[in-house]
Formats: sequence, C-alpha cells, structure tokens
Amino acid sequence: MEPLLRVTGLKKHFRGVRAVDGLDFTIAPGETLGLVGESGCGKTTTGRLVARLLEPTDGRIEFEGTDIGHLSTRRLRPYRRDLAMIFQDPYSSLNPRHTVGTIVAAPLRIQKEPTPHGLRRAVQDLLELVGLNPEHYNRYPHEFSGGQRQRIGIARALALRPRLVVADEPVSALDVSIQAQVVNLLDDLQTELNLAYLFIAHDLSVVRHISDRVAVMYLGRIVEIADRDTLYANPRHPYTVALMSAVPVPDPGRRDRARRGRVLLRGDVPSPVDPPSGCRFRTRCWKARDLCAEKEPPLADGVACHFPVEVNERPE
Amino acid sequence: MTFLDVRDLHVHFPTDDGVVKAVDGLSFTVHRGRTLGIVGESGSGKSVTSLSVMGLHRRSAVRLSGEVLLDGTELLHADPEEVRRLRGRTMAMIFQDPLSAMHPLYTVGRQIVEAYRVHNPVSRKAARAHAIDLLARVGIPHPAKRVDDYPHQFSGGMRQRAMIAMALANDPQLLIADEPTTALDVTVQAQILDLIRDLQEEFHTAVVLITHDLGVVAEIADDILVMYAGRAVEYGAAETVFRKPEHPYTWGLLGSMPRLDRAVRDRLQPIKGTPPSLIRVPPGCAFHPRCPYNGRGGIPCATEVPSGTIACHLPHPERVRLAPTL
Ligand SMILES: Nc1ncnc2c1ncn2[C@@H]1O[C@H](COP(=O)(O)OP(=O)(O)OP(=O)(O)O)[C@@H](O)[C@H]1O
Ligand SMILES: Nc1ncnc2c1ncn2[C@@H]1O[C@H](COP(=O)(O)OP(=O)(O)O)[C@@H](O)[C@H]1O
Ligand code: SF4
Ligand code: SF4
Ligand SMILES: [Mg+2]
Ligand SMILES: [Mg+2]
Repeated sequence: MEPLLRVTGLKKHFRGVRAVDGLDFTIAPGETLGLVGESGCGKTTTGRLVARLLEPTDGRIEFEGTDIGHLSTRRLRPYRRDLAMIFQDPYSSLNPRHTVGTIVAAPLRIQKEPTPHGLRRAVQDLLELVGLNPEHYNRYPHEFSGGQRQRIGIARALALRPRLVVADEPVSALDVSIQAQVVNLLDDLQTELNLAYLFIAHDLSVVRHISDRVAVMYLGRIVEIADRDTLYANPRHPYTVALMSAVPVPDPGRRDRARRGRVLLRGDVPSPVDPPSGCRFRTRCWKARDLCAEKEPPLADGVACHFPVEVNERPE
Repeated sequence: MTFLDVRDLHVHFPTDDGVVKAVDGLSFTVHRGRTLGIVGESGSGKSVTSLSVMGLHRRSAVRLSGEVLLDGTELLHADPEEVRRLRGRTMAMIFQDPLSAMHPLYTVGRQIVEAYRVHNPVSRKAARAHAIDLLARVGIPHPAKRVDDYPHQFSGGMRQRAMIAMALANDPQLLIADEPTTALDVTVQAQILDLIRDLQEEFHTAVVLITHDLGVVAEIADDILVMYAGRAVEYGAAETVFRKPEHPYTWGLLGSMPRLDRAVRDRLQPIKGTPPSLIRVPPGCAFHPRCPYNGRGGIPCATEVPSGTIACHLPHPERVRLAPTL
C-alpha cells in the first residue's frame, strides 16, 4: 500500500543541538507507528515535525507523495486538516479561559469548515464521540479531571477528521485506571475513523499494546524499526534489548529472573550537541568493538547496528 | 521485628471548600530489612502518609490522629524537636524531585557533608571523605571529582543517586522513598531500584517505597498496601497481592495495565469513572461508585467496611470466585 506518510533523511537542529538527526520511516493509512526512546532522544521534535509545527532542517516529509516540509502557511493549509496533534499535558494544552465548546470549535472556525447542523451541534457530536457529556459545552477545562481533559484534546484533534494524528505521550500524565480508558478510546476512534497514529511514549508496555509497528530512537536516530510482535519477541539492537529488559515486571515471583536477565547500561546518554563518532550508542553498548567508533551503522533491514543481537544471545 | 508501626492514622486538612480527608484510618507495619510498597493513584494520600511519618506537616494546618511508632517511640504527638533529631539520622526520605531536596547553590558534596555533620561531630575533612565514599557507593563515577559539582551539573539519574547518598549519610534505619523513580527513564529506574535493594540488604534498613507504578512495587516490595481515597483497600504479601488479589480495586488496577509479560490483549479493562474528591468521599466503601460488584447479592457497599486486610464487603469465597485471571 502507498504510505500515507513517508519521512526520509529528516533532521532538525536547534542551534547546534542535533535533536533529530536523520530519520527514515513510513506510516500506512489506518496504521499505528509507536515511537519509543529515553527522555531527550528526539521523540517530541519528530512528532512536531510530522505535524508540521516545526520546519525541518533537512530531509523530506511526504504526505501522500507531496513534500510538505517547507510549504508556506497558505500552501500548508489543506494539509492542516489531515494532520492533528494530541499533547502530553492535558493541563497546559487547553486554554483555561476558553470553554470546552470554544476549544473544540477552534479548528472548525479557523478552517472555515462547513457545519450543516451548526457549529454547536458539530462540537457536541465530537464531545459525544470521545465519551464526554455534550451538555458540558459551556464548562471550563479546570472543571474536568485529567482524563476528561485529555478527551477534550482528542475531540479538538479530531474536529477536522484528520487522517494522521500525532499523539505525543497522550496517556503518560494519567493514572493507570484512566490511562486504560483513553487507550481504548484511541483504539475505537482509529477503527471508526480509519486514523493513522504516530504514537509517542516512553512506556514500552503501552506502546506494545497500541502499535502495529514500533520505532526505537536513541540520540536523534532510529536504531531499530520493526513490526510490533517481531520487535518485542526478538529485539535486535543492543539498545532495544537493554530498554526492554529494564521494564519492571509486575510479578514479584519472577523478579529475580527478571533481574538476572537485565542489561544495565553504564553511563549517561551523551549530549546531542556532539554525539559520539560512528555508532551513537557505542559509549554504552556492551557489544561495541573498534568498528563501531569508526563507521556509523546504517539502518538496514530494520536495525542500525554492526553486530545485531542474535536470538537467545545473552549479554556477558 | 516491627520497626515502624502506623496505627489508625488520620490526616485531615481543613480548607475553604471543606475538610480534605487525605488519610483516613490507615494502619501498617514495616520490619527491619523489609520493604513495604504503598501503591495508589494520584491523590490517594501516599505522600501525605509519608510526610506524617517524617513529621513534616505543619501542625497548625493539619488535624492528625492515630499513632506512628518508630522502634517503639510515638512520633505523631511527640515534641517536634525530638522528631527533628530522628529525621536524617534514624529515618530519612527521598523524593521524586531531587532538586526540591537539594540546594542549587551548594555543591553536592557540601550538602552531604552538612547532612552528616548535623548528627556527627567530625571534622570537615572526615565528613568530606565520607561524602566521597557515599557517592561512590551510590555509583557516581569519579566521586572524588564530582563531589565538588553543583546539582545542575548532574544528570537526572545522578541527582537521584546523590539525593540517596544524602539520605544515607547517617545510616538511617528507616528509608521512605516517595516516587523515587517516577521522573526517570526505565534504564535509570532499574539502576536506582537495584541500588535501594542492595543498600537495604547491606544495612538491614526498613524501607517504605511509595509509587503509582505497580511494576515498580512488584520489583522491590516484600509487602504491598494498595491505597484508595486515603485508606488501605488491600494489604498483604507482594506475591499474594499480585497473584491472588482479592479487592475489586486491585483487580481494576491490574486489568488496566498492559504488561510485557503477557500476550497482547485486544482491549484493556479500565476502571469506570474517576477517583473521588477527598472532600466528599463516598460513604462506606469509597470505591463503590466505580465498582462492578457494588451491591452484588445485596451486600451493603455504602456502609462501613469491617476492618481487615481486604476492605470489601464481599465474602472471602465470593472474592476468590470472582477474581479475574490476570
Ligand atoms: N526549541 C529547542 N531549542 C533547543 N533544543 C531543543 C529544542 N527542542 C528540543 N531541544 C532538544 O532536542 C533534544 C530532543 O528533544 P525532544 O523534546 O524531542 O525529546 P523527547 O524525546 O521528546 O524527550 P522527552 O521524553 O523528555 O519528552 C533534547 O536534547 C532537547 O533538549
Ligand atoms: N497541605 C494540604 N492541604 C490540603 N490538602 C492537601 C494538602 N496536602 C495534600 N492534600 C490533599 O490530600 C490528598 C492526598 O494527597 P497526596 O498524599 O499528595 O496524594 P498522592 O497519593 O498522589 O501522593 C489530595 O487530595 C491532596 O490534594
Ligand atoms: S554498532 Fe556497535 S556500538 Fe552500535 S549498537 Fe551495534 S554493536 Fe553496539
Ligand atoms: S465493598 Fe462493594 S463496592 Fe466496595 S469493593 Fe467490595 S464489592 Fe466493590
Ligand atoms: Mg517529549
Ligand atoms: Mg505523591
């Protein structure tokens, strides 16, 4: 299938900070690509590039074949309806002085979207779609709980019936019981509206639950990308292995086993101002050899590593 | 041997909107060398509990009742001076945000030195050597050099380690860790949990680890207390709480959570609704407006739940029968 989104060689540098430093990936219509990685690796920057809230330093962002990376505000306008974004923080992403009605209606107003049954009705339909009471139209964000606020943000994102939604840590700030409600909602909406998601999170369990494919980022680069089941059953990049082994197992009876299998990384993530030569992960990798400092491993066959981890290989 | 014994703790805050019943009849014990995990969603009263044990509430702003016995000494109503002497020496605390516990304008080393010298009349030089030693023990590389860094020169994980070093300066016998890894990446979290576990084994410390993350308590706790709306709803050995949970709220938490150690499920099983305001806590079982078993077989869920380790009106055999396979 022709991808909805194709990203090639994507870069974003902020005055020397190489936040995103050469990404390649695609997203098919109706598909969810999960994006994981540690704090500061460039996930949010990637999401904001794809939603075109940022302009890339280099590379292409093709939406249905058109490079939208450098389009002017005017030329970008038709794509604005296809691309939407949901933010992590349901508190700061909603204007506290606006009613829910005003907030959700904003994209409809800005795009001058025709609403056959009136704007109010359109907004109330959206509120209903995300499981909020349509009567709450005139309330303010502070009158809602965190989970409900996140639903308001989702309603706003869906107002123009986008085809690709960038969800940046949409459930990270929520309690588990509420997180599950919102994850299920995103699932249902995807089926109902044939949405594609770029789902950004640092929680590997949530990402596994929701994604069709998953990309793992480290220091501005994708180090591994594969379909969900393959990646989780058989991680091949040493960093993916370490990341997965660090996830706490909610089963006290198995913690000793989990601990023994754990790959503890040494040191800290290097600065994105001056990433290590060759493979960026080499300063913390237990498999690093001389070649790793000399030559940057390309992303080939879904993994960017000179010596990918074999099935059942154990780190020494 | 019981080292910390909390009995029927109530912590109420009078506010303009009404009385916030942040903790409302909580009891638990922790032995030397053991870890109690307190798990609950945000606003369930976890931090208020830890601050009560540490004697860190402003007494004029809060109504406290019950008992907090540390090695037999009652602290809740004790002379604040006495509690202060115990704090930092017999008991210490680590927080979610290390920056809130560290002074930005003093070097990390100086802060550890001060924490140590408050309780130990030693020379600066000896205290500094102790600080370097502590930093080494919590895994800070090149401790003799990094001891002179300021907190902002450390990464998040290193700051968390430094705060642990500070808390350990006087070999406390009780360590309370309130969301110690919540702000950290999983790789760093694994290191910090390992560190807490190793230090505990070495010094036989009693540890209370507070978190909203069921995975984290499962990693480290011997016993688990599940909190909801200021009370314990389930309290037991960690293995039992995870393998054979008996309270519908615990079932709800576990059902909400996607887990890597299970096959992918089609859908998560969320708990309906949201946690209550602690100003208007539902009567009887506070969970009843959200519980799928509310009123089942005519049980009086809106009336006071008899005390016990599982705070639920359902009879034990019924709970065993209804427990979902997780
Ligand atoms: N506007 C900016 N100016 C300068 N540096 C920036 C800017 N935005 C992001 N960065 C830097 O770019 C890198 C990637 O940041 P980004 O926010 O994309 O990370 P992230 O993966 O989303 O992290 P987190 O998990 O903490 O949200 C970081 O080093 C960050 O400090
Ligand atoms: N000083 C205070 N005054 C009034 N209410 C408070 C105060 N401290 C905490 N609370 C309330 O007590 C409840 C429990 O808070 P807390 O223990 O911080 O929850 P958590 O379980 O997330 O740590 C919350 O409703 C909180 O708003
Ligand atoms: S290329 Fe070398 S350093 Fe990089 S991940 Fe692979 S083995 Fe490790
Ligand atoms: S007492 Fe009733 S409402 Fe409360 S948990 Fe038990 S069954 Fe549910
Ligand atoms: Mg981010
Ligand atoms: Mg708290």
